[in-house]
Amino acid sequence: MEKEKFDYFIKTESNIWEVVIGLEVHAQVISESKLFSGSSTKFGSKPNTQVSLVDSAFPGMLPVINQYCIEQAVKTGLGLNAKINLLSIFDRKNYFYADLPAGYQISQYKSPIVGEGAVTLDMPYGSKKIGIERLHLEQDAGKSIHDLSPDNTFVDLNRAGVALMEIVSKPDLRSPSEVNSYVKKLRTIMRYLGTCDGNMQEGSLRADVNVSVKKKGEKKFGTRCEIKNVNSIKFMEMAIDSEAKRQVELLETGKTIIQETRLFDTKKNETRSMRSKEEAHDYRYFPDPDLLPLELKQSFIDNIKNKLPELPDQKKERFIKNYKLTPYESNVLVSEFETSKYFEEVIKKADINLAKNWIIVELFAVLNKKNLDIKESPVSPQNLASLINAISSGEISGKIAKKVFEIMVETGDEPTKIIKEKGLKQQSDPKELEKIIIKVLEANSDKVLQYNSGKEKLYGFFVGEIMKASSGSANPKLVNDILKVKLKK
Amino acid sequence: MTDLNKSSLKEIVNLIKSKKISSLEVTKHFIKNIEKGKNLNSFITTCFEKSMNSAKEFDSKKNFDGLLSGIPIAVKDLFCTKNIKTTAGSKILENFVPTYESTVTDNLWSEGAFLLGKLNCDEFAMGSSNETSYFGNTINPVGKNLVPGGSSGGSASALAASLTPATIGTDTGGSIRQPASFTGTVGLKPTYGLCSRWGIVAFASSLDQAGPMTQNVEDCALMLEAMSGYDKKDSTSINKKKENYLKNLNQKIDGLKIGIPKEYRVENMPKEINDLWKKGIDILNKSGAKIIDISLPHTKYALPTYYIVAPAEASSNLARYDGVKFGYRSSKGNNLVEMYESTRGEGFGDEVKRRVLIGTYVLSSGYYDAYYIKAQKVRRLIKNDFDQCFKNVDAILTPSTPSSAFKIGEKTNDPISMYLNDVFTVPANLAGIPAISIPAGQDSEGHPLGIQLISKALDEQKILNIAFAMEKSIGHKQSLNRWWE
Repeated sequence: MEKEKFDYFIKTESNIWEVVIGLEVHAQVISESKLFSGSSTKFGSKPNTQVSLVDSAFPGMLPVINQYCIEQAVKTGLGLNAKINLLSIFDRKNYFYADLPAGYQISQYKSPIVGEGAVTLDMPYGSKKIGIERLHLEQDAGKSIHDLSPDNTFVDLNRAGVALMEIVSKPDLRSPSEVNSYVKKLRTIMRYLGTCDGNMQEGSLRADVNVSVKKKGEKKFGTRCEIKNVNSIKFMEMAIDSEAKRQVELLETGKTIIQETRLFDTKKNETRSMRSKEEAHDYRYFPDPDLLPLELKQSFIDNIKNKLPELPDQKKERFIKNYKLTPYESNVLVSEFETSKYFEEVIKKADINLAKNWIIVELFAVLNKKNLDIKESPVSPQNLASLINAISSGEISGKIAKKVFEIMVETGDEPTKIIKEKGLKQQSDPKELEKIIIKVLEANSDKVLQYNSGKEKLYGFFVGEIMKASSGSANPKLVNDILKVKLKK
Repeated sequence: MTDLNKSSLKEIVNLIKSKKISSLEVTKHFIKNIEKGKNLNSFITTCFEKSMNSAKEFDSKKNFDGLLSGIPIAVKDLFCTKNIKTTAGSKILENFVPTYESTVTDNLWSEGAFLLGKLNCDEFAMGSSNETSYFGNTINPVGKNLVPGGSSGGSASALAASLTPATIGTDTGGSIRQPASFTGTVGLKPTYGLCSRWGIVAFASSLDQAGPMTQNVEDCALMLEAMSGYDKKDSTSINKKKENYLKNLNQKIDGLKIGIPKEYRVENMPKEINDLWKKGIDILNKSGAKIIDISLPHTKYALPTYYIVAPAEASSNLARYDGVKFGYRSSKGNNLVEMYESTRGEGFGDEVKRRVLIGTYVLSSGYYDAYYIKAQKVRRLIKNDFDQCFKNVDAILTPSTPSSAFKIGEKTNDPISMYLNDVFTVPANLAGIPAISIPAGQDSEGHPLGIQLISKALDEQKILNIAFAMEKSIGHKQSLNRWWE
């Protein structure tokens, strides 16, 4: 497909504007315990029940790095084809807030654990590489709750100290749809790796979005604004669109963009200023003296590399090569690890071509309608495989199969059981079919005469009557064969 | 009966182990001393009932396995003690009762000791005279109008006055060695990472180190053995086998090479300090050690470097005292920021505020490179100086302080002159290496003066041995007339 059709430009009477976007994605690390303490990270627990003395920054408490979180970050870095830094440093980012118990967040500033990498997006106009600037580990803050009481703010520290990976992209994104694709791709990779569940409702994945605009063809980037803490892909797309338009309007009326942090108001679909560069926090970063620089051995990294699962890009290639799927089909099937797993389960016992269509078309439609995850599918891979086999063997027609599938969706039953109980088995015995056909022709002898004298479009009528007489179970191909012979006589 | 006021820690341990005295008798003795020593203001908190119960419990079981079996010990109020108020000498922690025990104190209790009380100190260990404590200044038993030094001033005062048989302090820039020097006692700052920092109220994390304060070198070896050890809860703790400092203590220093750094001959240094240093050199010479002139060229930058690094870390370490979770909270203020401002404004004293301001400034964007980064580079050069020297010498001998104990109030309005007191002690903290101060003489007014031995990292045994030999040659034993009773 030609690129132009998908170009995202903001066109005004006098100019064409290009939008430049960079993302800082905050991904919560899948880990039983927090980055520097043994507290649990379970979501949805009662407030302040997962807080250790370290998390609440009691006097004399010291952080100790959770090795598992380091492994997870390295794994993610490898999944992003990135350089893993053998030496990285944890810094303190200092600011005061009620839900930041120590008065500083432990993060990585100048020396992150993961350096440059790249992810590949499959856009309708071809693949596009998006550069990764870095990935670093940091602690999450707690949560301030302002709406429980008119006079007080409540603080829940359950989340305080949970490990986050901040994945910073290069300013390589050019449209909301590329951002959509990028975030989904990151999420897919991390889900494959088991390093982040990507659950945006629970806040496991959120992003700060940097937006600037420049005239088409201009090399120099414009002044950017950062839209903080956007927690859904849809809102990211909306925020970019609205922010880019705001910037274009300012520039076209001779004004300048002020570098600042902004918030996206989802109800009004507009961004508003949070703080300007002058009001920006001076975080006074410095290396955390409670933690030594983190030194990794190459063997530690190699060990993780050797145990890396197949990643979506590799799986996509394998599906195309081994199963003769189109790139589109392959993409759809690998975009979620569970989907690819489902597909490979089905094709262990059933025809690949039928399987891919049934999953992409029929199953996805049902899951979408019922708002279910493929893991919660009422139709198990085994049951879908037997349904497909029933089609391949001629036991049922494609049309009947859809009927059986509907019942499977509602009851979760096995297709063989449904076919048997409802008597949906296709009639493929030529002798039985012949009997039915003869009966139908005898009952409509006048139409047979008309047909034989040239009214050939009556053929469809006969087929319809035969199907009716067999309550829809007649094998259409056989009916065709026998009917043609009978009518010639 | 033995006069416990004249007994060392080791002697008391032996008295208890040989059943010549009970733990309860020892405890009662020190409680009596503490009660009579109230004028010194060396204690912030006492826990006599708890101590008596611990002593009774010890006497009923008589488990003599520990190095400190049945010994009551008071500790600097910077060590968090479970269910016992821990203030760090600050109003902001006036009523703070930890639910946990610091690793170092826990180590002492595991060796059979128990808590006698919490000792006064400069607020958050920031000070060299014990005058910044919210709980009032501590008096030096050496003289009514003298400061005991700081920040472990309460510890030094209580030890010198026999209100505790031994004690522990923390040393960020000299806070153990300077008060030891001012009170005629022994104080050791171990290698950074030898004693766990877990559960110690933090001042400057990369410099803070707990250490023993004792009447003599033997006790120092004993206490160091008891309190040190690897702790996985402190990421900067050194993972190594525990040493038997007491068992390995000896006076054989024949052939050891002792460096005398010329840069420690500072301007305007009193003659008596210089004489003391000479005396130390003579003693070592006579003991068969070889004296070598050395140079530590970056010494003069140590103090300014320290007063950038330490406040920088402190400004961040003290951010947690914001009135939100624990400690003092001001009732003033209509919003979060105002609450912060009044809590910290009312909760911190002037010296703490001064250092938080300095620290915040040197970490600020625009100043960070010129101050903090520069200081870190100089710190490295200071460490390199020592590394270089320790290729040729076993230890370095210097005075502990540039003067004897000064008068109460003398330097309170002149922070720079106060800071200058740390000039000889700060380099060892910056380099992370061990240093010990032992009493070596007196000035013209009879006030004690200390001498300092510095070694390379983890060479505590070596400086303990040299100090042990010197102590014997000096042959000085302080005797105070207990004027405060």
